[in-house]
Amino acid sequence: MQYLLLIYNNESAAKPSPAEMATIMKDYGAFTQSIQQSGHYKGGNPLQPVATATSVRVRDGKTLLTDGPFAETVEQLGGYYLIEAANLDDATAIAARIPGARWGTIEVRPIWAMAAPASA
Amino acid sequence: MFPQQIERIYTDERARILATLIGFLHDFDLAEETMQEAFAAALVQWRDSGIPDNPRAWIVGTARHKALDRLRRDTAFRAKSLDLQRNLLSASEPDPAMPGSEFDSDDSIPDDRLRLIFTCCHPALATEAQVALTLRTLCGLATNEIARAFLVSPQTMAQRLVRVQRKISEAGIPYSVPPPEMLPARIDAVLVTIYLIFTAGYTATSGAALVKTDLCGEAIRLGRLLVSLVPDHAEPAALLALMLFHDSRRDARTDAEGNIVLLEDQDRARWNQPAIREAAELLKRTSPDSRYAIEAQIAAIHTTSPRPEDTDWRRIATLYAELKRIAPSPVVELNEAVAIAMSQGPEAGLERLAELESAGRLENYHLLPAAQARLLEKLGRSQEAKSHYRRALSLARNDPERRFLTARLAQLN
Repeated sequence: MQYLLLIYNNESAAKPSPAEMATIMKDYGAFTQSIQQSGHYKGGNPLQPVATATSVRVRDGKTLLTDGPFAETVEQLGGYYLIEAANLDDATAIAARIPGARWGTIEVRPIWAMAAPASA
Repeated sequence: MFPQQIERIYTDERARILATLIGFLHDFDLAEETMQEAFAAALVQWRDSGIPDNPRAWIVGTARHKALDRLRRDTAFRAKSLDLQRNLLSASEPDPAMPGSEFDSDDSIPDDRLRLIFTCCHPALATEAQVALTLRTLCGLATNEIARAFLVSPQTMAQRLVRVQRKISEAGIPYSVPPPEMLPARIDAVLVTIYLIFTAGYTATSGAALVKTDLCGEAIRLGRLLVSLVPDHAEPAALLALMLFHDSRRDARTDAEGNIVLLEDQDRARWNQPAIREAAELLKRTSPDSRYAIEAQIAAIHTTSPRPEDTDWRRIATLYAELKRIAPSPVVELNEAVAIAMSQGPEAGLERLAELESAGRLENYHLLPAAQARLLEKLGRSQEAKSHYRRALSLARNDPERRFLTARLAQLN
């Protein structure tokens, strides 16, 4: 079995101090490493804040974009794709081709590109 | 003379220079700041050396050097901005600091304003964010001015502008003109934003008597720019015609005290004839069955009728019916009902308005009871007219509207 672990948190909560942030990053690093070593890890990424989200719907063959995250309560998360795209236009065009876009909503969230650990 | 010359160059070239710099720097704020610095440098240098043949290229070159200097100084930024530095360095352009260096002809720097327009009006941005960013970058309005025009605090507007720029960079909204297959839909999105700016200005002019930013003028300037940049598309010309027709009546829409003057009571000699002629010419270039073209044709009938009684209301009703088909909205139906009342009599209009009312789609729109009141008044049903005017009064949005409705009510008493 594979499982998707979705991480929710309150973006508007007080920002952690640099020291707290360092601890959080260290904890995440340790966690990622541990599940990599145990063979559980398949992939994972932090996301940019919801303010960067765009919702994509296709209705009557027309693609509709809306600024902001998916905010309905009647529909639930049903799956995900991780894609590489040149820019948001590219990404939303691909999102619009997902069959579920015709009845549900695809939330397009940029991955937070973490700086590679200093190796040089 | 010299400062005025620079000021004129600033007014004429600002948006185009900014668009080019954003293309290089991928950073709205850095582009704006370095452009300002370059103009400040121009004030000093051009006083001695004279205004260069191509001031735009001079400003762009100088701003790029200033951006490069800044990026080099900014050590924290250095690693991240290596690509950007390479970008800036590889672009070969004469060094403006070098005496005797020549700038290429005007064509050497492509016009990036279209890229800027499509980025500011990108459909993944919230509408109010599109409007704010368009006014800030393309029109060069200050954050305070935009805040005042939209009745929000300067802090709120500043935050809105920060957020929208962050979304553009972090979500990867491209700084580009969309490919041909996407172009019509994206042009539509731009037109919606421009028309929103126009209508915000159009109702604002009937607001309280404080000085308002000229949003109608800005929207018309944007419309002209878009028409010049995508001349092969008909819809921008149709929207520009529509805005010019409406704006031609600007001075006649209110009296000296700022009170609303109805179309039929307006002094038609005060309508701006050159604007009407320009709009009529533009209208010829459009396809007659698009949304803005139909609205422009309706406005054309109003503005080209010598007297109110010459207005072809039957034709207007037909045009509204057509508009209802391609862009359905309850407000369009309200206007259609009024046109029917004018061409077939108040009863026919009231019937349509009653249908609209019972459908409940214009519940809080003051113009529905106001239109009903006016028709009831014409039929001599003054008690019913009064109660509808009162309902309209309770829904009115600004002082001139309330004054107008109060005056009508007083006349009936």
